[in-house]
Amino acid sequence: MRELLSGNEAIARGAWEAGVRLAAAYPGTPSTEILQNMAEYKEIESQWSPNEKVATEVALGASIAGARSLAVMKHVGVNVAADPLFTASYTGVGGGFVLVTADDPAMHSSQNEQDNRNYARFAKIPMFEPSDSQEAKDLVRVAFEISEEFDTPVLFRTTTRISHSKSIVELGERVELPALTTLEKDVPKYTMLPGFAKLKHPKVEQRITDLKKRAETLPVNRIEMGDSAVGIIATGTVYQYAREAFPQASFLKLGMTYPLPRKMIEEFRSKVERLYVVEELDPFLEEQIYLMDVKLDGGKDLFSLCGELDPGAVARGLTAGGATGAEPTLLLPPPAEAAGLPQRPPTFCPGCSHRGVFTVLKKLRVFVSGDIGCYTLGALPPIGAMHTCVCMGASIGMAHGMSKVVDAQGDIKNRAVAVIGDSTFFHSGVTGLMDTIWNRGASVTIILDNRTTAMTGGQQNPGSGNTLDGEPASMVDLTKLVEALGVKRVARIDPYDLAQTERVIREELEAGEPSVIIATAPCVLEFKIKNDPWTIDENLCNGCKRCLRVGCIALNLVEEGEKTLVEIDPIQCNGCGVCAQMCNFDAILAPEPVKA
Amino acid sequence: MTQNTQTQTAPTRPALAVNTQTTNVLLSGVGGQGVLLASYVLSQAAMAEGYDVKQSEVHGMSQRGGSVVSHLRFGAKVAAPIVTMGAADLLLSFEPLEALRYHHWLRPGGLLIYNALRVNPSTVAAGLATYPDEIDARIAEIWPNSRKVDATALAEQAGTAKAANMVLLGAISGRLPFADETWRKIIAEVVPPKTIDANMRAFDLGRDS
Repeated sequence: MRELLSGNEAIARGAWEAGVRLAAAYPGTPSTEILQNMAEYKEIESQWSPNEKVATEVALGASIAGARSLAVMKHVGVNVAADPLFTASYTGVGGGFVLVTADDPAMHSSQNEQDNRNYARFAKIPMFEPSDSQEAKDLVRVAFEISEEFDTPVLFRTTTRISHSKSIVELGERVELPALTTLEKDVPKYTMLPGFAKLKHPKVEQRITDLKKRAETLPVNRIEMGDSAVGIIATGTVYQYAREAFPQASFLKLGMTYPLPRKMIEEFRSKVERLYVVEELDPFLEEQIYLMDVKLDGGKDLFSLCGELDPGAVARGLTAGGATGAEPTLLLPPPAEAAGLPQRPPTFCPGCSHRGVFTVLKKLRVFVSGDIGCYTLGALPPIGAMHTCVCMGASIGMAHGMSKVVDAQGDIKNRAVAVIGDSTFFHSGVTGLMDTIWNRGASVTIILDNRTTAMTGGQQNPGSGNTLDGEPASMVDLTKLVEALGVKRVARIDPYDLAQTERVIREELEAGEPSVIIATAPCVLEFKIKNDPWTIDENLCNGCKRCLRVGCIALNLVEEGEKTLVEIDPIQCNGCGVCAQMCNFDAILAPEPVKA
Repeated sequence: MTQNTQTQTAPTRPALAVNTQTTNVLLSGVGGQGVLLASYVLSQAAMAEGYDVKQSEVHGMSQRGGSVVSHLRFGAKVAAPIVTMGAADLLLSFEPLEALRYHHWLRPGGLLIYNALRVNPSTVAAGLATYPDEIDARIAEIWPNSRKVDATALAEQAGTAKAANMVLLGAISGRLPFADETWRKIIAEVVPPKTIDANMRAFDLGRDS
């Protein structure tokens, strides 16, 4: 049976076919749909974890117990998971253990564009990269086989253009593996005390040597001879771009990109006149090939270290490096883009509970130490009330550090306020708050509790009260949690009430001790909340534009004869009333209550 | 482990593309307009007609009123999942500003079809930028091979404004080598059962527009 699947759907399918028994992840674009699709397969224990480190540990535990298991995350999630991953490289596995990293070249939805292929070399584990959905599905199976054959975790790397592109996949059947009923103990293998770890390190080094030999015969690495004038070494989606750009060229197509097959590369070199490596981001393949003393006619000297490639970029880059045979239409200069168009950035949805809090923070002119989530959009105009965003959970520790070194002398605009979402707080904000309390800090933390992991599309988190498969579960009580950390001042606000929100934030800033403000209001998008629209009284609106400061796309400026007025789009408006609280002329009217 | 190398025999009906084997379609619009659903219908129709298909989109930031783009390519054998700038045979835009923003993805002579309904970006709504004046005239000047469809009005006529994406699919259906029954079968599968009739009417109104 053939289906049109995204790379993420194909990875989930491939894991199911490979007999995977457990999968754990924290949501993150472009990886999120892998676990969402995994949850459809009832044979697999699929779960969201509070963060990527825990997800990796859960999957590693299942592996040690003998099950094939998968951990899934976006590229920056591997930074969080690196600790267990690097030592799992020493322990090795029981059942196969694969960690999927979904990288985001061009940063479509990320804070950096780190090239996670470097993790394979750093952790000394093999890595696979698919070039379309069929390969994504098939390579997962190979990854599990290699994991078990070489007693190693395996890195499985996709990019946005693999994860979020669809292509046709031939489906297969699931491998049924025997049920597990015992836990086997093996202290020297799994207990990484120095004495045992010292015995493991040489095995890790030998494993890479053995894997290099295996790479020579693994069918996922192959030479595809065409015209011998130009040879191209590529992997992933870039292989497809190069195929498109140079349809007649010869290719060394790599499915396993660490470690590399030296003899195969030398053989390919001997068969072609000019040899190129094409890759996005870092010169990961190129540097390894350079160390093999294999002469290249072009690599990263022809392409940017930043962003994505496409077939046109590959055609132009390699042609500039002396390659012949590029598809002529891809070499044409593209028409100029239209100049001076207004941008259309993403923004808070109409009715979003974050809008009110950021409107108040903007007014107070405090320094907002931000975090990762929908609310990061609060940094953009017209709101523009977030001043840092680094990584998951960073807001609280950073606000504490700022507060420790700046004596604000009572001036509110020199005070730092941490703003963090519920899911991000559970992910890694808790320890930052623990630090603030323990080290006698005095910063204020606002937890925007919208009851979901919104930016990635509304996934459950430890505060949701249900699991990935929708089953009821215990729910973290935010108030009790922060009180247990030692926070004495815990306030709750209604984020749709601007006056109350402003009063409480001011009070907590003035208190001079650590404080947590919890703003609980469910995400209107995820929970499908739709309220009746508000309206403008055209006689009272004088076009002062004060309401526009809330940055809502339901509000538009219109010309009414001589006057400029604000109009509310009744389709877009979600009746939150935040704009009305900005109006000094009572010109924004609540909907009439429905008559019984 | 082998890659799926089964080659597809493409139907002989003429595709929009004249010089290459692969047809390149770009869809652009605003988050929430149904760009991704329309793209799904196109990709399923192409697959049902026996083509190799690749489709690519970017999620994440797109849902919240931002610009949304989807790439669709079909032909005998498709390699890259994205359309190279300057190589699209057809650009289907769900909003005039998003037509202008992406018009340069079209190849020389490529066709632009766009929905007349303006959706203000947040920057315009906040009074920080202005929506381009005379946008239809500007589109016609910059890309003469373009056609405006009042998809939202036609969709309302069909019974629901939400079916504007089906009007737009109807409007391009004559330009793509897919059988009428293929379109109808896929549309019936993807829309809510109660709205099948309205969506079919919307598709017809677009096709006849």
